[in-house]
Order: sequence, then structure tokens, then C-alpha cells
Amino acid sequence: MLLIDDLHASIGDSEILHGVSLEVPDGEIHAVMGPNGSGKSTLAHVLAGRDPYEVTGGRVIYDGVDLLAMAPEERAAAGVFLAFQQPVEIPGVPTMYFLRTALNAQRRARGEEELGPVEFLALVDTKRRLVDMERALLDRAVNDGFSGGERKRNEILQMLILEPRLAVLDETDSGLDIDALRVVADGVTTLRGPDRSALLITHHQRLLEHLVPDRVHVLAGGRIVRSGGPDLAVELEAHGYATLDSPAVEPRTASAGTASIGTISTGTISTGTISTGTISTGTISTGTISTGTAR
Amino acid sequence: MTAMTRPATARRPPSGTGVGMGVQVPERAREPEWLNAARRQAVAWVDANGFPSTKHEDWRYTKLDSVLALPLAASSGRGAEDGPGSVSSSDLPTPQLGVPRIVVVNGGMVPELSTLGTSLPGGVRVESMAGAVRRPEGRFQQLWTRRLGGYPHALRALNDAEALDAVVIDLPARTVVEDPIEVVFVSMPTGDARWSHPRLIVVAGARASATLVETYLSVAGAPSVTNALTQVELGTEAELVHYVLQGERTDSFHFSSLEGHLAEGSRLSSRLLATGGRIGRHEVDVVLAGEGSQVDLDGLFLTGAGQHHDNPVLVEHAAPGCTSRQLYKGVVTSDGHGVFNGHLVVRPGADGTDAVQVNKNLLLSERAEVDTRPRLEINADDVACSHGAAVGRLDPEALFYLRSRGVPEREARAVLVSGFAHEILERFGSGPIRRHAEELAAAAGLIVLDEDHCSSGAVTAGTVHPGRGGRAQ
Repeated sequence: MLLIDDLHASIGDSEILHGVSLEVPDGEIHAVMGPNGSGKSTLAHVLAGRDPYEVTGGRVIYDGVDLLAMAPEERAAAGVFLAFQQPVEIPGVPTMYFLRTALNAQRRARGEEELGPVEFLALVDTKRRLVDMERALLDRAVNDGFSGGERKRNEILQMLILEPRLAVLDETDSGLDIDALRVVADGVTTLRGPDRSALLITHHQRLLEHLVPDRVHVLAGGRIVRSGGPDLAVELEAHGYATLDSPAVEPRTASAGTASIGTISTGTISTGTISTGTISTGTISTGTISTGTAR
Repeated sequence: MTAMTRPATARRPPSGTGVGMGVQVPERAREPEWLNAARRQAVAWVDANGFPSTKHEDWRYTKLDSVLALPLAASSGRGAEDGPGSVSSSDLPTPQLGVPRIVVVNGGMVPELSTLGTSLPGGVRVESMAGAVRRPEGRFQQLWTRRLGGYPHALRALNDAEALDAVVIDLPARTVVEDPIEVVFVSMPTGDARWSHPRLIVVAGARASATLVETYLSVAGAPSVTNALTQVELGTEAELVHYVLQGERTDSFHFSSLEGHLAEGSRLSSRLLATGGRIGRHEVDVVLAGEGSQVDLDGLFLTGAGQHHDNPVLVEHAAPGCTSRQLYKGVVTSDGHGVFNGHLVVRPGADGTDAVQVNKNLLLSERAEVDTRPRLEINADDVACSHGAAVGRLDPEALFYLRSRGVPEREARAVLVSGFAHEILERFGSGPIRRHAEELAAAAGLIVLDEDHCSSGAVTAGTVHPGRGGRAQ
């Protein structure tokens, strides 16, 4: 299904992924876990084709084709879905319209018949019940005034309607209460099948209690440092990422407030030049990081 | 109620934006002396003051050169009776919104194309100037002459001088007109005569209420110049919902003004959709004269290649406890130029004023340009006034969100633009007026976000790409 091979990715001048390799076979659910700043979200965005990230090396093969050569909408039509960590508001565009436009755009791209309004309404009605969403919410603009939990449910609803072959969930579990967490887990389970796979990107083990993955990979410092079975997640939860015995994990030397970044791979930070909360140009000996690029 | 027609009169070409514009006094035998005197006075005003140049504060961004290069002659009224080449019912928007529909061609009301109907509540009068001018009470004279000598600029005076007809809608106290009253203004040049000066006068008595739709079209022939003036006078607690659909040809020139005078507790809602005109300038000039009166002004301008849309808005809070809301949105593509020039004035003593003025613009190309000037002038204490303006491009995060769901980039851009416009379009209600507005917007390249989710996924929007070039002041 998905082969990621020695993937290098940068934003601006900073390389964030330093050679990620992993493989998700058909029908399997894999988890990618890692500390903040390890490159988890970058990996998710690169898979979806987000703009500011530049792939500088390696390859991603999805269903035998070069995923990185495809536009975001082509990836979606081919069955790749990214559940956003922070779903975007689209004022003025009703959620129902958004859903139908997306579904029919994908169907058109695949040469399938568009879904008429009646069939579409029936489909949405079935799926929204699975994620416990009120119909009234869907008449509102996309994520406009939605709570955090409603936004995540909306992501899962979209996933259920679009029925991707590969779902990538970028920290969809963060900030969710137990009910919403179950909605996410059930959503992925509903889609589960021999022909569908999922990549769960998460900081915590919480989601994995509801949704047991086939494999767990640990991403740290822009590389996969360990892979294992579901037990690895339990181990990480018990001992934390700090105990990971891996040369790939960089010491986090920056002081509090400078944002933890996986991009400082060599060199030292000259003292006193980084003020709290901002990173100014030229102060890091390995190169230039301009304000706003660090996460 | 026959439309008065007169032959186009040849005039000297304008000598520039100064005095002596060559406007002649059109003496009309059938008009009363006070009206002829008023016309002479208006012409004298134009002669003394000239046409506005970009040195005038309210005309800073709109050059009249290309308009004044055309002969100043007014087109004569031509309706159904004029045979081939005239305006016919197939030129008019369908479906008719209701009854009555009044059709005005080159400023003259055309009875053959109008349906006044018998369904209007008792006492409501819809008539042309020919009828109104004969009424003994002098009301028409009072309305016509109220602003004499106090013109903000020459075009307003020119309407007084040249309007060959007027549509007068008179709503007696406590009448409620359920169906929208539709007035369709058609501009159709006749030979070298390009100008028309439509005039609409609406008077609502105490607690009367009605809905009025003005549609502006230009048909066939050379580029026309429309110079329209609508005067609205609302009595105590009267209510008027007013729409302007400006869909003239993109090689024509459109100037229109709405003058509103609001008595105590009355309420005016006026919504503009402007898509047409090489220059399209819709001016709003509202005085909140009575305590507790309220005005809501919404505007959407879709400005494309070679187009210039100017939106001067003046709201005057002249009494205590009045409320005003302004929300104007612009979508500017290609080398289009949009202008919002909003001026809010709170007069001394207008305590308890509650005013909001907002202008937001979307620039969709490198060459697109917007000038926005929201201005507040507050001369009273105890007021709540806010204003804001924004000029921006499509949100890249939202664009990626749509694309990540499979929506191709071009369509995704069109959806976002429509979402931006939706906030104004949804204020056009849910009935036939909304559909007219949506058709007009669609013809200008906007896709319509159907509330029933029934619209097809087809994209009709033209080339849209992110750009910059906005100026906010």
C-alpha cells in the first residue's frame, strides 16, 4: 500500500525529516509515535502534498505509483486522506456543500458517476450518525464556530464519506474527550478491511488503547528510531520517549520558550542570542532559521 | 400614464472638467413652471461647479474622462411602441418577481412593458411623473426640489436637469405591500445619444412597508451611460427592503445614487450586487433623521477585467438612538479596480448611535486593485462605532484543505470565492430575488453555493490566481 523510503523533507532551509523509511502493507494499521518536534506532522503533510514542505530526497510509493509526483487533489482521488490536526475554517461554504463537492470531485476524477442530491443526503445521514453529529451542524459553514471535538468528528465524517484506501490521521486524538476518541477509533475500525490501511500519527498511546495497530514506529529527530508490535506503544507510555536508546535522537539544547525543533542537527547554539519565543536569523551556528518556521 | 418622450438634443462636447459644460436647459411645454425653474437651477449648478475630478475627495479613484468624452446627449425613451430595435419583454429578466413590475427605458417609463396590476393595497400609487406632477397637493414638487442647490456633484444635478420622467411610488400610511415592487431600468443608446437619467421616488407613510427591487440592464448598441437617482423617504416606523442589481454591459457606464431620508423608528435595508459597467458607481447617501431609525447597507461587487467599481457610502446619524450597519465585500479579478469609500458621520446630539462599518475585499490577481477608506466622523458622546477594512487573498490553508479532499485547485479557488461572497448573497433572501442575484453573480463568474446542495460541481469562474496589489488606508 505505502512505502516510504529514505524520505528527506525540509521547510525553508531546515531539514526536518532526515531519511524516514517505513512500509504499511495492505489492510494494516500502523502508528507513528514520537515526541513533539520529531517531524510527525511534517510526515503527514508531505504525504498529503502540502506546499511549504519540500522533499529533498527519498521516495514515497503508494499503490505502485510515485505519490510525491501527484497534486494533492490527485492523491485524494487516488484514495489518500489526511485527517488534519487543526481542521481549517472555511467561512461561507456550508459543510454539506463542501462534502458533496469533495466526494463528487473524487468520483469525477475516477471516472465514476456523480452522486445526486438525494443519494448524497442519504449517505451523509448514515455516516453522520456513526460520528454522532447533528444534521444542523452540517448546514453551517465548514468548521465555522465548531468546537475542537466537533472539528475532529467532522474529519472522521469526511473520512467515512470519502472512504479512502489510505487514511493518515495527524494527531486526530489530541485534545479529545473519551467519547470523541471512541468516535475516531470506531471510524477507523469501520473502514478497516483487507484493501484499506491507516497511518495513525500520535503523541500518546490513548488512541491505541481503542485501536490496536499492527505495527508501531517511533519517529524522533526526523528518523524512525524503532519499530515494533503494539507492545511498543505500551512501553513508550510507561517510560516516555526520553528513555529511547537511539543515537538518532538529538539532545534538545535550546532553552524553554525557543520552541522544540527537530531541525538543529549539528552544532551548538550560541548563548544568549535566542530570546524567549523567537528565533532570530543567524543565531544558530548551523545556518539560518527565520522566525515562524519552527513549530 | 404615457411615457414622455422627446428627441435627443445635440449638445456641445464638454470642454473639460470645469465650468461651462454645455448642458442646455430643456424647456418642456408640458411641464409646470416650477419644474422648468428647477431644471434651470440644476443646469446652472453644473455650469458653476463642473464635473468632479479626482481632486474631489469622493471621486478620488474614479475618473470621468472616458465618460465625458462621450456626447452628453440623452437617449430618448424607446419602448415597445417604437417597433424594431426597441426593448422588448425578452430583454427583461425572468421570471417577473411579482406585480407590479415597472419597466423604464432610457429613463422613461414604458407602460406597454409594465404591469401595474390591480393587486396593490388600496391607496398605493405607482405612476410616472406625468401623473404625479398633476396632483394638487404639491408633494411631488416638494420631493423633487428638496435637494435643489445642495448637490454633492454634477451627476446628481444632471439628473434633476435631464430626467425625462420619474417613477413615483407612493405608499400611504399603514399599507403593507407583500409582493416586491420591481423596477427594471434599461439603457439603450439611440445614435449618438448615450445618456439616460432614470429617476425613482419612493415615499412611504407611517408604518407602511414594502420591498423594492431595482434592476439595471443595458441592451444592444454602443456603450451607454446611466445616471440614476433613487430617492426614498420613510415616514415614522415605515420599513423598506431595497435591492439593487446592477448588471449592465461591461462596456457601459453606470452611475446610480440612493438618497434616503429616515424618520423616527423607520428602517431601510438596502442591498447591492454590482457586476456590470466599465465604471459602476453606486452611491448611498442616507440621513437617519428620526430617533431610533435604522439602516442596513450590504454590498457585493464582482469586479473583473477592465472594470472599475466605486462604492461611496455616506451615512449621517442626525438623531439619537439610531443604528447603522454597513458590510461591503469586493471580489476583484484580472486588472479590475474596486473602491469602498465609506463615510460615517455622527452629528452633535446623536447620542446612543450604534454604527458598524466593514469592508472586506478579495484580490484574485496580481493586477487587481482595491482602495478602501472607511471613515468615521464622530461629534457626539455616548456612541458605539466601529469600522474595519481588509484586503486579502484566498486563505492558502483553506485552499489546501479543499484540495486535500480531492477538489481540483481551480474549483477549490472558486468555492472559496463563493464562500466569501455568500455572506452578502444570503441577505438577498431565499426567493426569486435571491435567484436573480445568483444568476447575475454566476454570469459574472461566481459559482453559487446552492443551499439545497443541488448545484452541479461545474466551475464557471474565470482564471483565478492569487495576487497582490491591494492598498488599505
